[in-house]
Amino acid sequence: MDLLFKIFIDPFLQMGGAPDLLVQTLWEGLVSGVLYALIALGFVLIFKASGVFNFAQGIMVVFAGLTLVGLHEKGVPAWLAVLLTLGVMLALAVAVERVVLRPLVNQPDIILFMATFGLTYVLIGIGEFIFGGEPKQMIAEELGLPRGAFDVAMLGGRVTFQKIDIAAAVIASIMIAALAVFFQYTRIGRALRAVADSHKAALSVGISLNQIWAIVWFAAGIVALITGIMWGARSDVSFALQTIALKALPVLILGGFTSIPGAIVGGLIIGIGEKLAEFYWGPLVGGGIENWIAYVIALGFLMVRPQGLFGDKIIERI
Amino acid sequence: MLRQLTLTALAAAGFASLAAPAVAQDTVYVPLLTYRTGPFAGSGIHIANGMRDYLEMLNQRDGGIGGAKIIIEECETGYDTKKGVECYESTKGKNPVLYNPYSTGITLQLIPKAAVDKVPVLSMAYGLSASADGNNFPWVFNPPVTYWDGASVFIRHVLQAEGGNIKGKTIGLIHLDAPFGKEPIPVLEALAKEYGFNLKLYPVPAAQMQNQGSVWLSIRRDRVDWIYNQGWGAMNPTAVKEAVKNGFPINKLVGVWWAGGDDDARAGEAGAKGYKTLNFHNTGAQFPVMQDILKHVFDKNLSQAKREQVGENLYNRGVYNSMLIAEAVRTAQRLTGKKAVNGADVRRGLEALNITEARLKEIGMEGFAAPVKVTCADHNGHNKVFVSQWDGTKYVKASDWIEPLKNIVRPLIEQAAKEYVSKDAGWPKRTEACDAPA
Repeated sequence: MDLLFKIFIDPFLQMGGAPDLLVQTLWEGLVSGVLYALIALGFVLIFKASGVFNFAQGIMVVFAGLTLVGLHEKGVPAWLAVLLTLGVMLALAVAVERVVLRPLVNQPDIILFMATFGLTYVLIGIGEFIFGGEPKQMIAEELGLPRGAFDVAMLGGRVTFQKIDIAAAVIASIMIAALAVFFQYTRIGRALRAVADSHKAALSVGISLNQIWAIVWFAAGIVALITGIMWGARSDVSFALQTIALKALPVLILGGFTSIPGAIVGGLIIGIGEKLAEFYWGPLVGGGIENWIAYVIALGFLMVRPQGLFGDKIIERI
Repeated sequence: MLRQLTLTALAAAGFASLAAPAVAQDTVYVPLLTYRTGPFAGSGIHIANGMRDYLEMLNQRDGGIGGAKIIIEECETGYDTKKGVECYESTKGKNPVLYNPYSTGITLQLIPKAAVDKVPVLSMAYGLSASADGNNFPWVFNPPVTYWDGASVFIRHVLQAEGGNIKGKTIGLIHLDAPFGKEPIPVLEALAKEYGFNLKLYPVPAAQMQNQGSVWLSIRRDRVDWIYNQGWGAMNPTAVKEAVKNGFPINKLVGVWWAGGDDDARAGEAGAKGYKTLNFHNTGAQFPVMQDILKHVFDKNLSQAKREQVGENLYNRGVYNSMLIAEAVRTAQRLTGKKAVNGADVRRGLEALNITEARLKEIGMEGFAAPVKVTCADHNGHNKVFVSQWDGTKYVKASDWIEPLKNIVRPLIEQAAKEYVSKDAGWPKRTEACDAPA
């Protein structure tokens, strides 16, 4: 009986008893959720264009962040370093298309998936060779990102809004909206959707598969850079960051691998859900549940909607 | 023609025999299990540099230890237990004198192997605290302090700061959710009963090291008065940043000695000033030993570190670790009369280790660390520890040397050692003889 009380009643009493902490938890979850959505978007773009789950998305976040900081350490001004990093991510996208994807056209998806595994380790090796294994501080101040916090007295307590978190939420939201508009309303976006529907049909109407792949990998590179900057500013740029990118996996399970709105909504549900779970239910089992509870949430949704919240329902004639 | 060829061959053979040294160079093989890559490289690189540079300095300055050249071989573990065991298996055939696993997870795997392979494990101030009991773990050494000593020193520091009474206070342990992070829990639980404080645990899974937002929200909710940080790698700079961000009083966040990297504190920028960490050696490059490293290693471009990193906390930690290795080898050489000692000899050397003030002065470490004495029964020493504090640019000594609560820690260690051994029916009884202390 006591256990049932602790699971089903006490957390809600805590929420009511300290509403300021509830708001703080929701805010933390929202910020994490927006960043998860941004990471998930990188996966979705590539999956839509090529049907490949890009395992290298996490290391691309680290690689982009390290390139930016590394260039700045060499004396390159911050914003020029951003432009040069975008150039590096473009070069990476073209190289991936030429060296990894093009030779594997028409191979089963699992082969392409394994190729992204290989790409991950190549990028880890190159990253460690060039930049070393030490964590680096993000050049947040040089990029004009805000510092400090707003302490707001509310609901009988205080809620702290870090300016960097507000900036992260705003920039990530703008980025998500821009990518959504770009791929929904532009010629390239329509071409991408055509490729996603059918490679053969897209080729038959003159869409260059190679060009589209390079574009989406570059878009994923831009997403990686933004994520690297924002998450790097909240902690540090280190190789441990790549594991956070795997948080996109439950987001994708939840939102569907092919849906941009799914990535956004999924990211928010996972971000807020895991923070609430860790904060209110975590102490019941000694804490540290944030790591796996995201998958429980995602699997819970899958029991109701196996294709994910916004994923395409696949009906095949047998 | 045949005669001419034979004579030429004989002459060449004679010349070669003259050119070859009369006796092969004596060597000691020291494998270093290090990690310069992966999520924990931020801490591991500095330690690896310090360990390597001290041994290299001995090679360059003295030709090795006691006339035996040191063969240094690093094996990259990435702080991954599986890779660490692979490193062990791939190097144990080369007659290693000891192993430094540099990971509690790897140490736990090597403990049962040490007695079988006759190679001692030196887990300097890490690993299994219970292995300080030399009667049950004759092949494992963890001087100069255990994690349990460290936790007790932290509590003594809190007691001192709070006027001797911490009843009703809430003390949190934020820790890596791994064997290393969990080590101090038993002693903190015992001390919570003894002193009447509330203990709260905040595990941080490795995948969440840079995503600690909800942990720090929980700390805020629980109105924690003091926090002990048993973190490593990318967890530490994030913890310092989060403490600053959440307005937690930074001088009440105290890290174990491994949470004392200079980069860990730098991450918190100006707000990290006042961050504390336990320590058992000093920082700075002013010690003669550091000057010798600069002269014999850096001036010859033999180091992988940057010159300005000499004197940083974790670099000096690596130097301290290799000093223990060298002194153990030296003691083994004295006990056996051999230059090229092996693992079994160095086990004896470790067990007779007695680094006095005078010896510290001789090796250029006067004022750098406290004397260390290991015995057959006590493989640790439970030495004194002090509190270092970040002054905005470097760590400075911020307390006197503090004695661990040995009366509480030692019985717990002996009990834990007995429990460990009783779980393994085949655990060998100690048969190794005990040498007289040096």
